[in-house]
Amino acid sequence: MSKHTIAIASGKGGTGKTTISVSMALALAQSGESVSFKDADVEEPNAHLFLDVDLKKKSDVSVLIPEIDEAKCDGCAECQKACAFNAITVMGSLPLVFTELCHGCGACTLVCPQKAITEVPKIIGRLDSAKVDEMSFSRGILNVGEAMSSPIIAKLREENGTDADWTIIDAPPGTSCPVINSSRNVDYLILVTEPTPFGLNDLELAVGMARALELPHGVIINRANLGDREVYDYCTREQIPILLEIPFDRKIAEGYAKGQTLIVSQPEWSEKLVELAFDLVGGRS
Amino acid sequence: MKLAISATSDGWDAPVDERFGRAKCFAIITIDGDKREIENTSNTQNLQAAQGAGIQAAATVSNSGATILLTGHVGPKAFRALEAGKIEICTGVSGTVKDALEGYLAGNYKISKGADVEGHW
Repeated sequence: MSKHTIAIASGKGGTGKTTISVSMALALAQSGESVSFKDADVEEPNAHLFLDVDLKKKSDVSVLIPEIDEAKCDGCAECQKACAFNAITVMGSLPLVFTELCHGCGACTLVCPQKAITEVPKIIGRLDSAKVDEMSFSRGILNVGEAMSSPIIAKLREENGTDADWTIIDAPPGTSCPVINSSRNVDYLILVTEPTPFGLNDLELAVGMARALELPHGVIINRANLGDREVYDYCTREQIPILLEIPFDRKIAEGYAKGQTLIVSQPEWSEKLVELAFDLVGGRS
Repeated sequence: MKLAISATSDGWDAPVDERFGRAKCFAIITIDGDKREIENTSNTQNLQAAQGAGIQAAATVSNSGATILLTGHVGPKAFRALEAGKIEICTGVSGTVKDALEGYLAGNYKISKGADVEGHW
């Protein structure tokens, strides 16, 4: 396990999660820290676009899905009742498995009175990794047509670069299972938002998630000089710290369009992000 | 012969629910010579399902003993389940439950050979 794990999430997409997480990871690495940076947005990983990397496949990720021996099955439908995800149904006496809905929990196998079910692995995605600028970079990818991203995120968090002092996780947008899996048990959760009604709406959802998971959390406001003051009022009212404000700046946007991180287009952010990272985990020891 | 028709409420005059997996209920109609009986089966447990509503609705229809389904649209997973249950499917059905039954008996609907929409349409 890393000494410090920080996840960067946001309810809303397009607020600057990846920009900030890549920049924070790189800034820490360039300041001499050992860093493992993980892109957990496995449905649409894009952090590599900001890094000069030669990604290599590290491993497949599979889940265990049920395989039913129809000769042993008597159509009792206990498996169907046990499945919380509607992945298995019995039509007449014929069992049908919808593998794309299966979470691999194994409940069907446990409850089958006929012992007609065995669990077989099914590949749903993979992990890639690369070494970049003295930090380790890894990402998960969910195969097209698959729906279960959480097992890939869990494996990404378990396996890669766990010997680094810092783990920085770029979480997917939203507040559903993949985000929870990316954020659970981290030392600090940074929520990136923008000062717009959409930003606020989704920030409120993300704060709800952080509170439910009992994670220390704070907000980075990106494009800070746009929009209105509602996000600020909300943070004051709810006593949520505003960690940084990044202004809407043409230079940052131009850099982004060229695949540059924040610390390349505006190097002064490098030190601020390193200091912030240390502050969030209790200061330099 | 038993038919299932996806419906938005109980009775003969209820509008057909164009959704299959997340239909409010199913009218199960038994035809015995000239006699026609209607019974409604609730499908509300599937309205809130995050996924797999069509699959469970197919099981509901199968358990009712119906061998023919009249509905608006059927997605790929529901189609697979219904096919496994040897249930004939007519999609594109609208109007009231009564209209749907009469339309079927008059031969106005064709049996579907595949799903007519993607999942979660």
